[in-house]
Amino acid sequence: MLEIKDLHAGIDGNEILKGINLTVKKGEIHAIMGPNGSGKSTLAKVLAGHPAYEVTKGEVLYEGKNLLEMPPDERAREGVFMAFQYPIEVPGVSNAQFLRLAYNEKRKHLSEEELDPLEFKDLLKERARVVEMDASFMTRSVNEGFSGGEKKRNEILQMAVLEPKLAVLDETDSGLDIDALRIVAGGVNQLHNSENAIILVTHYQRLLNYIVPDYVHVLANGLIVKEGGKELALELEQKGYDWLKTAEPETTGVGAQAS
Amino acid sequence: MNMVTEIITRENSYHEAFRTLQESQPDSPGSWLKRLRESAMESFQELGFPSVKDEEWKYTNVAPIARIDFKPATLTGAAASGSDDGNLAAFGCVEAKDSQLVFVNGMLCSDLSSLTGLPAGVVAIDLSQAISDERYGEIAWKHLAQQADYVANGFTALNTAFISNGVFVYIPKDVIVESPIHLLFISDGAHMASFPRVLLVAEEHSRATVIESYGGTQDAAPYFTNAVVEIVLKDGAQLEHYKVQRESTAAFHIATTAADLGPNSRYDATTITFGAELSRHDINVTLDHEGAECWVDGLYLVTTGQHADTHSLIDHRKPHCTSHQLYKGILDGKSRAVFNGKVYVRHDAQKTDAMQTNKNLLLSNEARVDTKPQLEILADDVKCAHGAAVGQIDEDELFYLETRGIHHDLARNLLTYGFAEEVIGKIKIDSIREQLDEAVLNRLNARLEA
Repeated sequence: MLEIKDLHAGIDGNEILKGINLTVKKGEIHAIMGPNGSGKSTLAKVLAGHPAYEVTKGEVLYEGKNLLEMPPDERAREGVFMAFQYPIEVPGVSNAQFLRLAYNEKRKHLSEEELDPLEFKDLLKERARVVEMDASFMTRSVNEGFSGGEKKRNEILQMAVLEPKLAVLDETDSGLDIDALRIVAGGVNQLHNSENAIILVTHYQRLLNYIVPDYVHVLANGLIVKEGGKELALELEQKGYDWLKTAEPETTGVGAQAS
Repeated sequence: MNMVTEIITRENSYHEAFRTLQESQPDSPGSWLKRLRESAMESFQELGFPSVKDEEWKYTNVAPIARIDFKPATLTGAAASGSDDGNLAAFGCVEAKDSQLVFVNGMLCSDLSSLTGLPAGVVAIDLSQAISDERYGEIAWKHLAQQADYVANGFTALNTAFISNGVFVYIPKDVIVESPIHLLFISDGAHMASFPRVLLVAEEHSRATVIESYGGTQDAAPYFTNAVVEIVLKDGAQLEHYKVQRESTAAFHIATTAADLGPNSRYDATTITFGAELSRHDINVTLDHEGAECWVDGLYLVTTGQHADTHSLIDHRKPHCTSHQLYKGILDGKSRAVFNGKVYVRHDAQKTDAMQTNKNLLLSNEARVDTKPQLEILADDVKCAHGAAVGQIDEDELFYLETRGIHHDLARNLLTYGFAEEVIGKIKIDSIREQLDEAVLNRLNARLEA
């Protein structure tokens, strides 16, 4: 589904990613871990197409297509989703309006019939159950005045409505209390299936107690320095990230041989 | 012909129309109105139209209004023949279908008006009729031309000189008017000048909503609307006031709103400015009694060829008054806007709470806004804040919407709509709010329901 090959990228002339290789197949959950400043969030933003980040080398293939050539809105319509670490507030636009617009943009893209407000309301009601959000959130402006936890749940609600093939969750666990974490993780688990893939970007192991990854990749200084299964996350939890700083980068990613 | 003589000629043509108006009305109990008009005309002749040398008109050049030979509507006699219900639909308000007065080219049009929805004692009648009515004559005499100063402002002077067919709205003590009162001023003529005039008096503890709408049905030839609205709120009275200006793009719209707030009264004004080639709105709120509170909010949305100027004055004269002001502007294409907001807090006005904000969104590099919030505080125990901002679409917000699959242009429109919504969203009358939502979206060529 996703093939990242020797990806170099940065912002304002500073190189942050220094040759990332990663392959993600459908049905898989990958966790990207690493200390602050290792480039985790940069990788998420580059995949989503943030205009401030510049790719200087390498390529990213998504379903065989050059992802980096697509503008962010096209990536989204093609099925790439990023849950923001800091979701943006959009004053004056209701959550329901915003979600229906986004949903219909995707339907149009797939040459499917658009839903009218009433039809969409039903769909939204059903999807909102995934993150246990009640109807009052739908008429409020997008993320405006939402608590940190509500914003993160709203991100997963968007994911539930848009049904992406590839979801990149950027520090979705940060700032969540244990109840909110359980709801958010539960939502992600409900949405995960054999046809889609999830990349979890996280600093802490705690999220991975709830969403169990197939693979863990550890990023340090813009490179993947260690890869393994879900046990690697537990090891990191015990030992911290310091011991990795001396580690040699591994050149082949897990599952790199897969198509 | 040089500019000076040209302007004088035009003023003389107003003068001629004025003479005819004065002679057409016999001396009667309302003779004071004739004298008021006389005095206002003298004032206009002295003042003329303002020039850009006048600090208050620095950014708004009204020479085009002075140059065109507008015919005062009082003389044309063309009352309402050209407009029909179809034209009204675009500007109508279903909530006010039995509480509306419709004016076409400044003339009251009875067959398009209906007041059956108003409670007993509530009056919305022709101003000249009110003046000669023994029940209302004295109230009108006491308040007319008291809030809107015709000695200082040439346009107010001209309007006052042409008072003939205005509206007198009277809400008696303790009466709550549920239906909004809609005053709809439609222009359908070319080269016509109309002079809408409203005097609203709300007695103690009364409550009402007034919609003041302006619309034009043709954009081929220029016309000129020169309106003055005076509002008097007595002790504890509450008024919601919507001014919705959707003149055609051929219009010149100059308007003054002047409100005098009684003790513990509430005045909630929302001004929407979408139309006219050139528009200027002066809104002056006087808080001369303790405990009064006002909201003076507005939205101007202009595009290529339009110029919209708002001047507001919120005058805190007594203690314990509160004012809130939020004006937002959206400028597209080659357009221009002016916001000048003065808040005075006088010596006696301790414990004043005044808040003023002006935010502008520029959608094009050719748009320009001049914003000048001014706060003058002479009292020492007050809470005041003000600010102005001019900016473009926020890149982070744009990216966020795009990552949800929304096309770049649509995302821009959605954010622009959201920006407008902070003002439009506070309108409590559904039909008006929906019309304005749609008007914003049409301007943006966007489509979003839900």
